[in-house]
Amino acid sequence: MEKSTERFPLAHVFGFVMSLVLTFVAAWVALEMNLSFTIVMWIIGTLAVIQAGLQLFMFMHMTEGEDGKVNIINIAFMVFCAVVIVVGSIWVLTSGHAAH
Amino acid sequence: MSANVNTSLPLEYQTEQSRMNILGFWIFLGAEIVLFATLFSVYGVLYKNYAGGPTHQDIFMMKEVMIQTVLLLTSSFTMGVAIWEMRRNNKKGLIGWFILTLLLGAGFLFMEINEFIHYVHEGATMQTSAFLSSLFVLLGTHGAHVTFGIFWATMVIIQIVKRGLTPVTARKTFIIGLYWHFLDVVWIFIFTFVYLKGMVL
Repeated sequence: MEKSTERFPLAHVFGFVMSLVLTFVAAWVALEMNLSFTIVMWIIGTLAVIQAGLQLFMFMHMTEGEDGKVNIINIAFMVFCAVVIVVGSIWVLTSGHAAH
Repeated sequence: MSANVNTSLPLEYQTEQSRMNILGFWIFLGAEIVLFATLFSVYGVLYKNYAGGPTHQDIFMMKEVMIQTVLLLTSSFTMGVAIWEMRRNNKKGLIGWFILTLLLGAGFLFMEINEFIHYVHEGATMQTSAFLSSLFVLLGTHGAHVTFGIFWATMVIIQIVKRGLTPVTARKTFIIGLYWHFLDVVWIFIFTFVYLKGMVL
């Protein structure tokens, strides 16, 4: 975290180009390649997580400031909660459904 | 305003109050992550319950979705540049990039509303099936956040114009910046796990 003195927002342009590349690669893998559903979901899911990390670290400066560590713990815990909610709900409801 | 102002830090971090506000907003964003997680889990459970209505491939328009995605990604970038300009103490640059961000956001919203109208014309309404109910709730909650963000940001811009760059206006700008980037993060997951997933089913 510092007052910027550079004359060109290089990190932001890099982050922007990277997110465009990740978006189009994901679209290409999903729409143009003939891979199985599971493989496509693993690839585009990974790309989405990378892109979200890019936003958090390069655009939102999550780690900066005296509260940087608190931010990371907070977001990591909430992401954990989110995964439990989403994966847990789908797991319980679909496997319960399939068993009957 | 607290008396101990640390001028070695960027404007938005200079007072204890501002640092607390920014930390508090991060905690709010954590709660927002969980809010969207509940909507994603509803969609993830119900996404194949078409009830005889249209399926993903029947209604999704990928070209329009790609344009929406690029608009929102670009607006997240311009928001980042706006904050960067703020840290260079360039008020004009900040306002210019900020307004551009909102125009891109408005473009995104316009396309999303058209998308919803198109769906309804195709006979895909919120009442048609569980798939469409969960889809409209997820997309609608995200779109409502963008709408709210545009109104909020407009008011922050008015404050910057009237009061200039102060520790208070800088902190408000930084916080709406965080909010705006967060909406882009949510969209990445909607794009991946709603649209792309729907097209490869």
